[in-house]
Amino acid sequence: MIPIRLNAHLVSTGLGPLFDGVGHLVVTPEDLLPVIALALLAGLGGKAYGRRVLFVLPAAWLAGGLIGLAVGWSAPFATTVLSFLVLGSLVAADRPFDETVGAGLAVALGVVHGQMNGVEMAQAGIGLTGLLGTVAALSVTVSLVAGLVVSLQQAWTRIAVRVVGSWIVAVGLLYVGWTFGGR
Amino acid sequence: MRRCLTAACLLAAAFPLPLFAHDGGSAAGLLSGLYHPISGLDHVLAMVAVGIWGAQLGPPAMWVLPVTFPVVMAFGGMLGLLGLQLPGAELGIGLSALLLGLMVALEKRPDFRAAAALVGFFAIFHGYAHGTELPEGQNGLAYSIGFVVSTGTLHAAGIGLGLAHRWDWGKSALRVAGFGIALAGVWFTLSALAP
Repeated sequence: MIPIRLNAHLVSTGLGPLFDGVGHLVVTPEDLLPVIALALLAGLGGKAYGRRVLFVLPAAWLAGGLIGLAVGWSAPFATTVLSFLVLGSLVAADRPFDETVGAGLAVALGVVHGQMNGVEMAQAGIGLTGLLGTVAALSVTVSLVAGLVVSLQQAWTRIAVRVVGSWIVAVGLLYVGWTFGGR
Repeated sequence: MRRCLTAACLLAAAFPLPLFAHDGGSAAGLLSGLYHPISGLDHVLAMVAVGIWGAQLGPPAMWVLPVTFPVVMAFGGMLGLLGLQLPGAELGIGLSALLLGLMVALEKRPDFRAAAALVGFFAIFHGYAHGTELPEGQNGLAYSIGFVVSTGTLHAAGIGLGLAHRWDWGKSALRVAGFGIALAGVWFTLSALAP
């Protein structure tokens, strides 16, 4: 009834568990797209929110990952879809929101996806080192994307960010159909 | 600079990185998703018409329409993937090219909410048709990303063409293009009605 993420194959770079963790984020759109969506949202929210997300998300991801490593259980797939839909919708809407709520989103995303990563890292045998690689990769991703969006000055560029948010929602909807339709 | 590039190429050749075992599946899904929206003329013309019409209407419709279409289309795609029934999808696609082409040709300027509603209504049929045609066994997420990016790029192409609206010759050319899309829409509609 509730499908879970496929954990069968974690990327193997041949460069050790740290870079396997880095590569995992890069080639796992289930994690990468929500991270980009949150980074876009952080950039749209301004410098202060961007800085907060830059520190909160990696910390929450690491905490979730440690829980996943220890417990060996992660949330069902449906939560991944929620990340796409909620964060993508917020980016597309581009409405002002309370920074505490925004930080809460970063914590929720980090803990849930980090926990999934922790389970995957444990199964792949790369453990904490791999998790640190993923956290480092997402820190760089958030800083680059949020920094880019904060620097945008012209109105049309902000609209382009909103369009990307709508694309993330669209991908999430299709993924719902794909997964629950049994394809 | 040239020496650096040569050295980098030699290094890359000497120490190749291992291939990712599952990259082929993801890449195939992404490429398949990128190709699918441009594989049917009816879909291409409707997407481009949405972009051109948005550009003719100007802000905020210029970005509301391309934001509305992918989301509602993906909703339709989700219905198709879930196996739900939506009768008359092909007819809706044909009518979308016809009506959106007419909107471009006649430079109709309704309230942007009405324009978004019209575009969203037809987007469901396009999404549903694609949802029922999506190949099984692909990497679903990679396919979805390619599919949405390709559709969005078609809109962007339409907006790019629609920017010619600022010149008199451009206005005329866009109206002619709109008539062409509407004529193709007539053909698509008749094909859908044919037994």
